[in-house]
Amino acid sequence: MTAGPLVRPVGDSALLIDFGERIDEAINARVVALDRALTANPPPGLVETVPAYCSLLIEYDPLVTTQAHVAAAALALTQTAVADTAPGREHLVPISFAAADAPDLARVAERAGLSPEAAITDFLAARYRVFMYGFAPGYAYMGGVPPALHLPRKPVAERGHPVGSVIIAGPQCLITTLPMPTGWWVIGCTPLRVLDSCGERPFRFDPGARVRFERMPGA
Amino acid sequence: MIARLRIEAAGPLTTVQDAGRRGAMRFGVPRSGPIDRLAFAAAVAAAEPDDGTAIELSHGGLTLTCLEGEIGFALCGSDFAAEIDGRALGGWCRAVVKPGQRLRVRQGAGNWAYLTFAGALAAREWLGSRATHALSGLGGGLIRAGDVLELHATRTLEAAALQAPPEPSRTLPIGLVIGPQERYFAVDAPERLCSETFIASGTFDRMGRALEGPPLLPVRLDMPSEPALRGCLQIAGDGRMTMLSADHQTTGGFPKIATVISADIDRLSQLPAGTPFRFEAVSVDEAAARLRRHTAAQTAFLHSFLPAGDLAVRLREANLVGGVIDALGGEEP
Repeated sequence: MTAGPLVRPVGDSALLIDFGERIDEAINARVVALDRALTANPPPGLVETVPAYCSLLIEYDPLVTTQAHVAAAALALTQTAVADTAPGREHLVPISFAAADAPDLARVAERAGLSPEAAITDFLAARYRVFMYGFAPGYAYMGGVPPALHLPRKPVAERGHPVGSVIIAGPQCLITTLPMPTGWWVIGCTPLRVLDSCGERPFRFDPGARVRFERMPGA
Repeated sequence: MIARLRIEAAGPLTTVQDAGRRGAMRFGVPRSGPIDRLAFAAAVAAAEPDDGTAIELSHGGLTLTCLEGEIGFALCGSDFAAEIDGRALGGWCRAVVKPGQRLRVRQGAGNWAYLTFAGALAAREWLGSRATHALSGLGGGLIRAGDVLELHATRTLEAAALQAPPEPSRTLPIGLVIGPQERYFAVDAPERLCSETFIASGTFDRMGRALEGPPLLPVRLDMPSEPALRGCLQIAGDGRMTMLSADHQTTGGFPKIATVISADIDRLSQLPAGTPFRFEAVSVDEAAARLRRHTAAQTAFLHSFLPAGDLAVRLREANLVGGVIDALGGEEP
């Protein structure tokens, strides 16, 4: 028996359906299930939805509907929406650990008490799951970093990492889409672009997708 | 006809904007679009750019030289003012700039204004919109000194002073709805939020506006990243409060104690730096009622602010021109 979700107002034009304050695959699956159910059966006035780790934002037009109507429609759908436990599509992401592409690899390995090669083996053996997009365009938050490599963020963000940097913090992993400063650890780089601003399908992953990293030859 | 305009000087927040893009927040892409949606809609109505695109101005204003082709333009927003070759045109206005002339827009006490041209601005579209996401530069793009804007299908316009909307009282409180994450604060924090005075800071960009006031520190910082929306009052671990704006991050790990109501978000964005103000907590239903009144007043203003007998007004009255209210982002009742 799972607890019912909570409804939290976000001003007059949105609400959050909160399934529990944890980064957890089962909770995220309920978020994704409700997101899909709302897309398939949009209540009147629905504008857009934003799935996150453990909550779904539902934006609506307050000139067309009311928060109470949208909340009731969403809660009714949580009764029938079936969490999709089937694994999402798997993406294979090429990664280079060459020194220039992995400026933090040695420090990550040292803190984990591993050799750089052992840290690479651990990282490659893990299976990652796209929980959500957030922060900025194309930032797909993945979970699944092996516990030995869990590190807190750096105290100060560092600049100068190219697009495609593979960065980790705690259980989370990201492939950057902008050359922004980051406090996460840069352990590799991929030529894959999660955000292709000119492409027909600009965002590579769907929430729920699986990701596996594959070392590039000679890198 | 073609016009080419060389940017001589542009403040760091100068961008191309249209009404914004929808449906991509799930991929980390906020709506973007104008910070002051009424001033933007007025500038679009006054010059009728072919693609509903405006140049958003802020700190530092803008200076440009017309290299080729005369073109009509409109300026609307706060108390920004225009001059051509040193000749003052005043605030909300419409005029023509000719080859060799220099158009200068100065910032006033307010923060945001919109320059529109009677023509089609050559600007990149991304995900169905020319609105610029300033952090990534995606969309129409940032405008910098040295850029040359190219406009096609240009027209001239009747010069006119335009009526600005009545300035809202600066003592009118800013409405908010408590939540979604007030549980991350001390129990008396919502009450303090609505009983103490805050100051609209001069620190702002398209992502958000800093608000100075009593520190309302989160009691814990273990929140998994949750979705965020324009208007959310986010409080960082050091107590700094920010109202998220058009280019807001789509999710964030800092808790949001409250959300400014839709009717008051743009007003708070335009408050001159240093203005003291207060918050007032209202119910979701009261916030929606205020939005309905606010939208009706804005719609009435947009139907009345152009001079009587104006060509655009005559066309609209003949029902030949639509889409002006669409510029408000579809918030027509």
